[in-house]
Amino acid sequence: MLTVENLFVNYGMIKALQGISLVVKEKEIVALIGNNGAGKTTTLKTISGLIKPTSGRIYFQNIDLIKLNPYQITKLGIIHIPEGRKPFANLTVYENLRLGAYFVNKKREIEERLSFVFQIFPRLKERLKQPAGTLSGGELQMLAIGRGLMAKPKLLLLDEPSMGLSPILVEEIFSVIKNINKEGTAILLIEQNAAKALSIAHRAYVLETGKIMLEGKAEELINNESVKKIYLGVG
Amino acid sequence: MNYFFQQLLNGFQLGSVYALISLGYTMIYGIIRLINFAHGDIFMLGAYFGFYAITRFKFNFFIAILFSMVLCMIINVLIEKIAYAPLRKKNVPRINLLITAIGVSFFLENFASLKIIFGPDYLPYPRPFKIITFDFLGLTLSSIQIIVFFITLVLLLILDYLIKRTKIGLAMRAVSYDKETALLMGINVDNIISLTFALGAALAGAGGVLYGICYPQIHPFMGIMPGLKAFVAAVLGGIGVISGAVLGSYIIGMIEVFTAAFISSTFRDAIAFAILIIVLLTRPQGLFGKEEGIKL
Repeated sequence: MLTVENLFVNYGMIKALQGISLVVKEKEIVALIGNNGAGKTTTLKTISGLIKPTSGRIYFQNIDLIKLNPYQITKLGIIHIPEGRKPFANLTVYENLRLGAYFVNKKREIEERLSFVFQIFPRLKERLKQPAGTLSGGELQMLAIGRGLMAKPKLLLLDEPSMGLSPILVEEIFSVIKNINKEGTAILLIEQNAAKALSIAHRAYVLETGKIMLEGKAEELINNESVKKIYLGVG
Repeated sequence: MNYFFQQLLNGFQLGSVYALISLGYTMIYGIIRLINFAHGDIFMLGAYFGFYAITRFKFNFFIAILFSMVLCMIINVLIEKIAYAPLRKKNVPRINLLITAIGVSFFLENFASLKIIFGPDYLPYPRPFKIITFDFLGLTLSSIQIIVFFITLVLLLILDYLIKRTKIGLAMRAVSYDKETALLMGINVDNIISLTFALGAALAGAGGVLYGICYPQIHPFMGIMPGLKAFVAAVLGGIGVISGAVLGSYIIGMIEVFTAAFISSTFRDAIAFAILIIVLLTRPQGLFGKEEGIKL
């Protein structure tokens, strides 16, 4: 579904990505784990078109993404839910959700998608008319995911969904992610919380200073000695 | 007492013209954080387009306003694409954009002064309709004032509807808050920025024609003072805040007219800029602005 080949990204003199290759297949959850500054967010931003790579190729369902603008990539069904939730705090919850389905014009379609999002996050329905700036951290993460779902994503790029949430909320968000995937959406997930990410992912890549160090099935990586040591804090 | 209310009407008239200019300042600042110092010159171009529409092409007054608005939109979008967009894409510091805007301003003023364009002379503005005066509760209200109030009101209502009730308006508010996330929503941010320049220019163009019929003399440098006053109004209201720009404009219009009427007309410009200094010293975010303050 998504193929990334030999991706290089520079920020001025800094080499952020040094030849990343990865694949996300249909209906898969793929986790990207690694320390701060390993290049996880850069990888996602390059896939969604916010950053242009110096070299490398990205294909989504055989469409070359490199030449496309971010808004065109969004239209293809690749939805990037950014780090820090990035709500439009000046807009209401409804307006935020409406923007998620920006290129949908049919009222019925928008209503249907809204009720789908409310099924998953009933809390958002209660807050509909409130400015997004007044929501709590957990509600903001729900809004960020709900806004992403409004676009009916084929591939969801999730950047640190558990960041700053209480353990109960982390559980809730991860079970939602699992359910979204069960409905057929492929997910590329970035997490600091590697144990959590590996528990729901099918496969995973371990990123270190812009390179992929390890890749494999999630259950294999959980038991890998060096992964245990560095990312899971065991051993 | 009558004199007082009469001045109130005059202040309202001047404030309306300022509001039409000031909105463009505040919207463009809102969307790309640029104080567009060439905006007063778009207003000047609008006045000239209206002038030619009425005198040369014999357009009906309302058609002339529309004609001027459309031409100003096209020109401002071209300016954005040629002068600002390439800089924006290079992520240059904002001061570079500001200096570019000043350059665009000088260019427009001097280009308009060329003999083959508009020429450097003062031109008397045509009065495309009969000036009738009404006595209204002991006040004199002219048909010019009624038309200025009416057109300003209609344009403000259209703008308000556009920004608050349409998808495009929603996209504009999203882009002004966070461009990167707006892109992720599938919004073509460049188009929304162009649209904002177009909207601001349309209002300034209409303002130019209305200014022409109120204060019937135009010249290529006529945009400087009203442009600066409208900028003061936008800062007073809180730059980036749309309702603030409108209110700020009426306040500045009133203060200016009352200064001229009750103190001395030589102070009318000084007082507007004194307000700018006071606002920046005491409440830099303006009356309705958020705490972030003004960043050039």
